[in-house]
Amino acid sequence: MANALQIVVCAGIVPDPLQTLEPITGASGPGLKNEMVLPAVLDPWAASALYEAANLAAKNPGSKVWLVSLGPKAKLQQVMMTVAQKVSFELVPVDGPIGGFTDAHATAAVLAETIAALPGLDHTRLLLFGGWESATRGAGVTLQLIGERLGITDQFQGVDQIDLRDDGSFEVLERVEGGKHQASVCVGAPAVLGWATGNLPEPRNNPQIGMANMRTIMPALQKARPATLAANGLRYTSVSLPKQQRDTRVVKDKTPDEIASELVEWIGAK
Amino acid sequence: MSTTALSGTTNMLTLPTDAVRQIQWRFADRFDLQMLVQSARGVARGTVARMVAAGERNTHEWTPAKNEMMEAFDRAGITAIFMEPEEGGFIAGPKNLALSLAAFELAWVDGGAATASLAGFLALSPIHERGTAEQAQHYMSLAAPPQPGDDRKPLRGAFALTEPIPYVGVDTGMLSGKVRVAEWKDGEEPWLQVDKRGRFITNIAFANFVTAAVNSDDPRIKGSCVVILEETDEGIFDHGTPTKKLVHQLSSTGDPIFNLKVPASRIVGGYTVKDGVIVPNYSHGEIIEAVFRRTRVTVGLMTAAKLLSAVEPVIRYQRGRFRGAEGAKPGTVRYQQGIQQREDALHRLVDVWACGEAATSLGFAAARLFDSLDPLEKQKTAILKERGVGGGRAELKALRESEIRAIALMAMSPSDKYHTELEADPLVDYVLKDAEANVLCPATKLWNTGHGANMMREAVSLMGGYGITEDCPGFLAAKWMDAQLEATYEGPEAVQRRQLTVTMTSDVFLAQFRAWTAEMRRIASTKPGTGACTLASAMQMWLWTLNYLQMATDADGNKLYHGQRQGVTFPMADALCWLLASRCQILDVLELEERGADDPGTAEGLPGTVQFLSDLCHVQAAQAAGEVGRICAELVFGYNRHPAWDDAGCKSCFSAHELDELEETMPGISAFALDVLAEDGSHPLKAGPCAGCNGSSEFLLLQNKLSRCLSGSRLAKDRAADTVSTVMIPEALDYPQ
Repeated sequence: MANALQIVVCAGIVPDPLQTLEPITGASGPGLKNEMVLPAVLDPWAASALYEAANLAAKNPGSKVWLVSLGPKAKLQQVMMTVAQKVSFELVPVDGPIGGFTDAHATAAVLAETIAALPGLDHTRLLLFGGWESATRGAGVTLQLIGERLGITDQFQGVDQIDLRDDGSFEVLERVEGGKHQASVCVGAPAVLGWATGNLPEPRNNPQIGMANMRTIMPALQKARPATLAANGLRYTSVSLPKQQRDTRVVKDKTPDEIASELVEWIGAK
Repeated sequence: MSTTALSGTTNMLTLPTDAVRQIQWRFADRFDLQMLVQSARGVARGTVARMVAAGERNTHEWTPAKNEMMEAFDRAGITAIFMEPEEGGFIAGPKNLALSLAAFELAWVDGGAATASLAGFLALSPIHERGTAEQAQHYMSLAAPPQPGDDRKPLRGAFALTEPIPYVGVDTGMLSGKVRVAEWKDGEEPWLQVDKRGRFITNIAFANFVTAAVNSDDPRIKGSCVVILEETDEGIFDHGTPTKKLVHQLSSTGDPIFNLKVPASRIVGGYTVKDGVIVPNYSHGEIIEAVFRRTRVTVGLMTAAKLLSAVEPVIRYQRGRFRGAEGAKPGTVRYQQGIQQREDALHRLVDVWACGEAATSLGFAAARLFDSLDPLEKQKTAILKERGVGGGRAELKALRESEIRAIALMAMSPSDKYHTELEADPLVDYVLKDAEANVLCPATKLWNTGHGANMMREAVSLMGGYGITEDCPGFLAAKWMDAQLEATYEGPEAVQRRQLTVTMTSDVFLAQFRAWTAEMRRIASTKPGTGACTLASAMQMWLWTLNYLQMATDADGNKLYHGQRQGVTFPMADALCWLLASRCQILDVLELEERGADDPGTAEGLPGTVQFLSDLCHVQAAQAAGEVGRICAELVFGYNRHPAWDDAGCKSCFSAHELDELEETMPGISAFALDVLAEDGSHPLKAGPCAGCNGSSEFLLLQNKLSRCLSGSRLAKDRAADTVSTVMIPEALDYPQ
């Protein structure tokens, strides 16, 4: 039990990336067309963080994983029907707005407050996990802000790997430029880790795990605390999707090496 | 009576979401089932879709990849659906809806995969339904998938009922498989020698055990029974050669040979020894009746899934049809809407979609009905046992009073003083649900698969050049062919029609049918856009026709409605299916409208979704009405001999001279004269004088009314088509092609 960890994973839900995502401006600001009726998934980067957290917890007996998520609870419930089957965790839902256009400071404040109030949370054993990026309009700062509010100053971003040592310290691999990783050694919890993709595959659905998780998830969803996010004066002048560029040529009879060379040359030119 | 088309429309924003379907199909409060759906969907649109795309359907052999699919079923808990939690499962209570949902998800991609998932349960069903407690615990636990850390291969089973009959295939009613006593020592359990050759046995390539139906070939064994055979038993357990199927190649099918020595304790349900004779507690007939009564519903839902799965790929194909062409520049209508500029393309897709909705509603209604019937059946058995009533005829006699009470309940006003009492009577509830299930099960199997196969052809035709190619998106061409097998296996269409002709005339069912007709009228008064009134008129016509046919005779004086006259009974069974499917579809939309508003997951965009689905109901109700009208008219008039230009026929005709005279005293009478004979005796050029409608005028009134009831249905179709042309679909199909 020496390395029993308390891992809190912050994860939002986002529209299924296969859906048509069309920005629109409504009465309350920008959003996505039909966002509330589009199927949602757990934010893919945050999902990687969850799987890594569960893996770490499984290797360190006595550890516990919380999944803290801010979103409309009806949508959270739908997403949980898949996510809950993958790994064991305790859901801490906060019933609030969905979308990538909320103010990161307001979101961080609500999440930090929720995490600080978790019963039995030992701050000295806390690892705060989340996504380094987001499939929505990621502000890229929410996780850091939560860490700051919780007083956690050891923060790592673009994490692909964590190796926990017997003395409680751990080595972290963070993505840096050129496809390389920066290795850092941290003395131990508490720390913030913003995950890239990690190294683990998406766990398969297992209804037995799901049924066990659901014993706590459904009551938690029913009791989910409502939260409103302050706009803090945030205003968008315009929103649009990145332009898709397609330049198709039909090429036959080229060897893989020739194709690769041309691609490298093209990338270099860009 | 005409139905009113709703004015002022709201379009559906996206394809119906999971939250919408959970409410419609009544599992919004069952998170175990919601998880099962996600789990099965993951396997279907992952493992299974990749296999289909990679061409695994192109071989009849059981390949390592197909075996991997079974393991994926294990990991996703699909093979555990049938088991209780204490046996290794995760769903407690009746499993009909659960099995149906899993099969529906798998069949969304491939019918063979769905069949493979169900076949193991089919093998276990005899044990589950009629097996001893020991047999159930033993085989269910071993067939449950292993849990993490559990190093065990699950047992896989096959159900061996059918056998080869020389030259003609199979006959499920005849058993040539034999069982006789191999060894019986005093005071010890007898050993049996089982000899059976199976045909078209699903799961056989990898089965470790088989539940085989056999007849006694020994005076020391009475009747027939089902026996459990294991791969390790003494003798021959030959898996046989794979069947060269046109379709469903992701399920294993073969013709095995068994010659095995097994203990008598393997007789499903156990046995007693009476005067030196082994008497099985259940004959094979009693067992398969209990088994097939439930499993056929899931097959019907498999075809329904295909129809709904066709919608998204067809819309995408239609919209993108001209993109890339010289004349379709981005931003133009031709580029944006493609073939969906054309009304015909939209209307035909609306028909496919409406049929898919109706088939799915009917199937899930049947599955839920069996879930509620299962515990009631146990309660009924316990009550009758307490009263000292055994099975068979004694039970039927004992239930007769409950049937009378049930019929009375159906005709009773809710304010009647006996209403609450009758409604609370479990035996009344049982006979009502039993009668309904006896109709809904064959109706689902017959209509969903038979008419569903026809509509799959329509869906494929909408794909244009893609349609009959291997790379047709959504595997639609494969699904079209699969649907035909689904119409055939587990009891072909004629078997379902035959069953319906018996069960649909039960007094208890007909009492419910009358109540449903009134229910549709009530619904129509508040929800006119659903087509409920159209449906009620069609139901009224069907019932009138049934009553008429039961009394009427044909031109030769032969009785019209009897078991052997399938030209009469079978079309009536077909007509009923249309009505039942349409009714279930309407009820599902009403459920959505009622509960969806309170559900934050569906509230946004709900009016548009309800409007569209109601329009589909109206479209389908009109189709059902048309079909029922056609069938009933043919049956009511088709068995009367057409009058000829002979003496008898001409008696009802006017002569031209006679008519001229009458015209002087009754000006205008000529306009009403249908058949006039000329002075030279010549007659109008047609088959004979027009047939009268003696005894059928009431039918003509109903027919007239039904025709007028179609008012508004095409407006509903136009609205639905408009939605189909604007509804948002995902950027790409969520499974490989």
